[in-house]
Amino acid sequence: MAATYKIAVVGNWESVMGFRALGLETCPASTPEQARNEIRRLAHEDCAVIYLTETLAKALPDVLDKYKDELRPAIILIPGREGSLGIGKENIQRAIERAVGADIL
Amino acid sequence: MPNVTVNPTRMELTRLKGKLRTAQRGHKLLKDKRDELMKQFLDTVREVRSLRAEVEEELMQVHSSFAVASALMSAQALEQALMYPKQSVELTMTFRNVMSVNVPEYDFRTKTQSDSDIYPYGFAATSGELDAAVEALGRVFRKLLKLAQIEKSAQLMAEEIEKTRRRVNALEYVKIPEMQESIKYITMKLDENERANTIRLMKVKDMVLKAAIEERRARDAEAAADRG
Repeated sequence: MAATYKIAVVGNWESVMGFRALGLETCPASTPEQARNEIRRLAHEDCAVIYLTETLAKALPDVLDKYKDELRPAIILIPGREGSLGIGKENIQRAIERAVGADIL
Repeated sequence: MPNVTVNPTRMELTRLKGKLRTAQRGHKLLKDKRDELMKQFLDTVREVRSLRAEVEEELMQVHSSFAVASALMSAQALEQALMYPKQSVELTMTFRNVMSVNVPEYDFRTKTQSDSDIYPYGFAATSGELDAAVEALGRVFRKLLKLAQIEKSAQLMAEEIEKTRRRVNALEYVKIPEMQESIKYITMKLDENERANTIRLMKVKDMVLKAAIEERRARDAEAAADRG
């Protein structure tokens, strides 16, 4: 399988503008609703990795859950300019709890 | 509690025994799968944790250098500078099979080869801080992609472990005891039938014997009467 995919970054303009210089697809979204639509569109297109800022992710737990068990896209949380909210770390914790049944680390 | 719908026949017993053997074998295999997956999962998760901490810290630095850059330049100039990217990234995704879980592996190819050739703007109108910020972001990017790969792997593995764990538990605590119970029930029922049959045969034998003795006695009595 050698299909090529895109990498996208969804977040507010200040947080995502830098990624544009790297050639990633940037989708500025200031409200959770905009982000939800962007993610839906990106998932429908050939987008394999979506980086989403934690600030927006906080308002969209249903979207994260929906794509959690899908092979594509992988939604990865990154801290936005406002700083890390610890949601990314929390998600790892949740994955552990899901697998093990208890928090062991 | 024995399954009431089960037929206490020899055929059913053979069938159930075969099923039980399969279930026990499946249980053992699934248990091994779960243990191995768990081992791999925990390794992956440890890696994710440390990498995530690193990436988050570095991204915050990048953000702050972008903040400095945007303080030195007007928003419009900044937007203009970053409007048309020179660099473009193509991602190829392959799959690796870890204990029957397909985990993605990302590999990316960039359009321009050297890392220093990514600035999409001329240096005249922009501040040096922007260059530094873009460069730093370029460095974080590799780690960011690696993070995406292993974090997604961890999520997919977590799902698979959950499924496997449920199957193991269902077999161990529900299916296998149920079948053992049914087998015990059938065995007891068959033994009971066997005993009932033996008893019946003994009774019949008794009755036949008794009849024979009576007959003999009757004949003897007749013979005695004839002689006398």
